Amino acid sequence: MKYVDEYRDPALARSLAAEIASLVTPGEVVRVMEVCGGHTHAIYRHGLEELLPPEVELVHGPGCPVCVIPMGRVDDAIAIAETEGVTLATFGDMLRVPGGSGSLLQAQARGADVRMVYSPLDALELARREPDRHVCFFAIGFETTAPATAITLLRARAQELSNFSVFCNHVLIEPPLRAILETPGLRVDAFIGPGHVSSVIGSDAYRFIPEEYGRPVVVSAFEPIDLLQSIAMLLRQRIDGRCEVENQYTRVVRPEGNPRALAAIAETMEPREDFEWRGLGVLPASALRLREPFAAFDAERLFALPGARIEDPKACRCGEVLTGQIKPWECGVFGTACTPERPLGTCMVSSEGACAAYFSYGRLRRPREEAGVGA
Amino acid sequence: MCLGVPAQIVEVADREGGLATVDVSGVRRAVNVALVDEPDAPIEPGDWVLVHVGFALARIDEEEARETLELLRRGAELERELEEMRKGTVR
Ligand code: SF4
Repeated sequence: MKYVDEYRDPALARSLAAEIASLVTPGEVVRVMEVCGGHTHAIYRHGLEELLPPEVELVHGPGCPVCVIPMGRVDDAIAIAETEGVTLATFGDMLRVPGGSGSLLQAQARGADVRMVYSPLDALELARREPDRHVCFFAIGFETTAPATAITLLRARAQELSNFSVFCNHVLIEPPLRAILETPGLRVDAFIGPGHVSSVIGSDAYRFIPEEYGRPVVVSAFEPIDLLQSIAMLLRQRIDGRCEVENQYTRVVRPEGNPRALAAIAETMEPREDFEWRGLGVLPASALRLREPFAAFDAERLFALPGARIEDPKACRCGEVLTGQIKPWECGVFGTACTPERPLGTCMVSSEGACAAYFSYGRLRRPREEAGVGA
Repeated sequence: MCLGVPAQIVEVADREGGLATVDVSGVRRAVNVALVDEPDAPIEPGDWVLVHVGFALARIDEEEARETLELLRRGAELERELEEMRKGTVR
């Protein structure tokens, strides 16, 4: 328990760990998927697995928005960036994601005007400052980030900007969860629901998981203590014979979510017929595009995009990592041909990606897991 | 990019436009507060919010904000987020 002294309340962490140990049946493994990349990061960063009995196995889920963007969409962004007179603005993490013809960072080195922004509002400000250039914001993210893009679009319209557009790659959290739940031979018994996505969509949005698939969900905050508490809540549901959505993050998440954020999304965006996910394939109604009234801001209508489907490199097993089928270190190129400095796959790019998180914090514990000692 | 970072409201610069200035561990920038500014509970200087990509997603209490900041600081996540904020802000 070498990390536990760093916790906000080490005594509470220890007592939660003891509680969790008392809630498992010896030899009966419970597999818990943490859906959100922020949770994955926190688990590795704080060595949470060291506090858990071998009967609780954590499985990492698909909730890292950088990780699920397919290579073809990166190539589309590069095509936009290489258009004369165009500036492409996006979050820092997206710059390093490899597409079929390199990354945006490499496009920048070739002379394309690619800029890192902290917020879509910064991209809008760039457009306002540089009326002679067209500024396109490469938008990614789950429902956490979509309201930011939505409000930015509403402001762009209010300001009557004609040199701003959005390349919309916002994705939804429910479809990949359904895809995972429908995987034959599914080996996930319970879910830790994302925190910040849920502040927007609400904890009720996960009711389909217990109701249709018979798995309990606890929406959780991000501190190690919160995650331990959520795991205990999930185990208690099993013991009590309950199967429902519970909310550990009541400080921020309401059952109905944030109505204003949902309204902003609904006003500006609508579901696409389908969208390709890295590792999960094409999932119906799993992403958002701009609505017709915002056509003038829609990069997909303004630019001729290659729109190609590009196969992932053969060695890359991001899809299996994203669906919890393998652990990061089981991928043959993990830590060798694929590192955070030179990522081959997407899960190595963002610090919320399971491979990057594991690479940064988890390597020392790997021999113990391999030896079956339990984490 | 998926972090929510606690920030304290310094000034509500433009309530109509939903813009406020916040302080995150000494770094100041404009964030949009439209999602958390309720008519019957307006955002005021001194309030704490959780900021994600320049938007306040939720209100939080001061104690939680300070604990989360401390945790992010120890994990070096705060430094990285502030770096992105400094580099990625268009002033
Ligand atoms: S090590 Fe790299 S290629 Fe392999 S699954 Fe992880 S990110 Fe993908």
